[in-house]
Amino acid sequence: MSAGVADRLPRLLSLVPYFLARPGVPVAEAAADFGISEKQLRRDLELLWMCGLPGYGPGDLVDLSFSGDTVTVTEDAGMRRPLRLTTAEATALLVALRTLGGLPGMVDTASVQRATAKIERAVGDAGLAGVAVDLTREEEATTAAVRTALEQRRALRIRYYTAGRDAVSQRTIDPMRLLLVEGRGYLEAWCRRAEGVRLFRLDRVEAVEQLDEPAAPPPDAEPTDLSAGLFRPSAEHRTAVLALEPEARWIAEYYPVDEVVEFDGGRARVSMRYADPAWLIRLVLGLGGGARVIDPPELAEAVGRRAREALAAGDVNAEQEQTWDS
Amino acid sequence: MRLVSSARAERLVNLVLCLLATRQFLSAERIRATVPGYADAPSDEAFFRMFERDKNELRELGIPLETGRRSSFDTADGYRIARQDYELGEIDLEADEAAAVALAARLWDTPQLAGAAHGALVKLRAAGVEVDETRGPVQPRVRAAEPAFAPLLAAVQAGRAVTFDHRRGGPTGEIVRRTVEPWGVVSWRGRWYLVGHDRDREDVRSFRLSRIAEPVTPIGPAGAVTVPPDIDLMGYIKHNFDPPPVIGAARVWVPQGRAYGLRRLGRVLGPRTHRGRAGDELEIDLRSVHLVARWLSGHGPDVVVLDPPELVEAVRLNWEAAAKAHEGPPGSAP
Repeated sequence: MSAGVADRLPRLLSLVPYFLARPGVPVAEAAADFGISEKQLRRDLELLWMCGLPGYGPGDLVDLSFSGDTVTVTEDAGMRRPLRLTTAEATALLVALRTLGGLPGMVDTASVQRATAKIERAVGDAGLAGVAVDLTREEEATTAAVRTALEQRRALRIRYYTAGRDAVSQRTIDPMRLLLVEGRGYLEAWCRRAEGVRLFRLDRVEAVEQLDEPAAPPPDAEPTDLSAGLFRPSAEHRTAVLALEPEARWIAEYYPVDEVVEFDGGRARVSMRYADPAWLIRLVLGLGGGARVIDPPELAEAVGRRAREALAAGDVNAEQEQTWDS
Repeated sequence: MRLVSSARAERLVNLVLCLLATRQFLSAERIRATVPGYADAPSDEAFFRMFERDKNELRELGIPLETGRRSSFDTADGYRIARQDYELGEIDLEADEAAAVALAARLWDTPQLAGAAHGALVKLRAAGVEVDETRGPVQPRVRAAEPAFAPLLAAVQAGRAVTFDHRRGGPTGEIVRRTVEPWGVVSWRGRWYLVGHDRDREDVRSFRLSRIAEPVTPIGPAGAVTVPPDIDLMGYIKHNFDPPPVIGAARVWVPQGRAYGLRRLGRVLGPRTHRGRAGDELEIDLRSVHLVARWLSGHGPDVVVLDPPELVEAVRLNWEAAAKAHEGPPGSAP
């Protein structure tokens, strides 16, 4: 019950100043601005009608007049300005603004800085409590080129590094959104080659060129659902089971894993999703015995084979060097 | 129940208006006699309970309730609200500045901060600022999905110590109980950390939020934590991740059209033929033999490590260990 009042009271104290600042604003627009239904807004206004200054006679009470679908304040009972921001509100807004100020290319940092200064001035000494954010700096030129293409609704040709395949490719894409997720920048676009919506990590875009043709993602191109985070398990993914030694335990935190079974001495068994076997083979091979593939068997076999091939090639190199030396 | 809460909301609005309008401190008795709603209290005790709750509610909403006495003859504190402390200052944003504010308010993908940002927007709108919340194609978001985030943020904002189970980093990963005076929560490169004074170790420490297990239990009174005024929370986290210095250069050969990841990490020195295969020689900054050996050995026969010898050896040992780990039947338990 108290949570209800905690939500409603700040709104009740804001409504009169809001309508004072906007004579004749439609009820529907006001409700949307406060994030409530029109019905709730009318209930709030009816409540305010009962409020006012000691004396509580005509002229002391709040008075609002409805004319059609708009509201005009005739008596404000001294509620002319909204309540100042709480420390939590000021923190949420100012830390967000400062975070945006650190994203040149993605946002217009000059207007962010002017807005920050004005809000700081208006907020007064609310103080800022213990939240700080710093994001990966993306290549400003790449980010700005992507943003321009989005604003001008143009298609792009990019050169893109795909970590899964460890390869670089040229793609023509129709940009949809510029996203910042989990601390990194991504371009969401329709990829004409893959014929699907893809997320391109900005730090892996090696070159970007704006085309004269308009961006035309198919009307049924669905924006990526990021409500559960960046990693979306899909039907394309397979699952591998790895046994981890303590020194390789970190990969369970670094990559998305489905299941972690802990053993004594810091060992663990994890289930890990992967799209490209070559990627997982590189990972396991790099961990040098710190990780062992338990399943699927063909992947375990492939890791062993790659390791033996590498060792054999190394032996040949060493022999050749010895031959040259003698 | 709605009637009860509406009655309370109405009483609170009237209380705020009354206290804003007065210059003199008003005693509780005077408020009881004046503000509609309090007359319903059936006894003195019921009134004081009601009034106490209402004062707390106002303070929690950030309403600067002043207490004091009109004169030395007064026997109890009175109350008032100073208008200049209550009201949001004048603010006038240009369209592009308002757009920046709208983008900032949508940054948080976590209910605690998103709710607070929405509360700020409501007040800015009430101050006459036009903020258009239509989503554009640029959508920066900062998420905090860790269950420990909400209780830790609450503890930071309340200035209250907390105790929780923390899984240590590093190979052993044991669970240790910690008692921390929280100074702040920090998101660095998409990961959240708590920075604070660790009471057991009597020093500043940071904890990755994903390694903090629920429940996070507040202990001791609110306002007991003193944050050092000169603390740089972000600087403290970043300092922990300073890359080690460059101690040399690794030289490797990769076949043509392969190992793009390594090419991106280093510099291509030029085309070289190795055992009759066309390829390139690369140079990679060497900060840690262990780390570069991991990157290189992943490429297996698609990389030839040329220099330095300790890196050649480290990569060979990785391959040997990987070969050994994968030589038997794969199904056996670790």
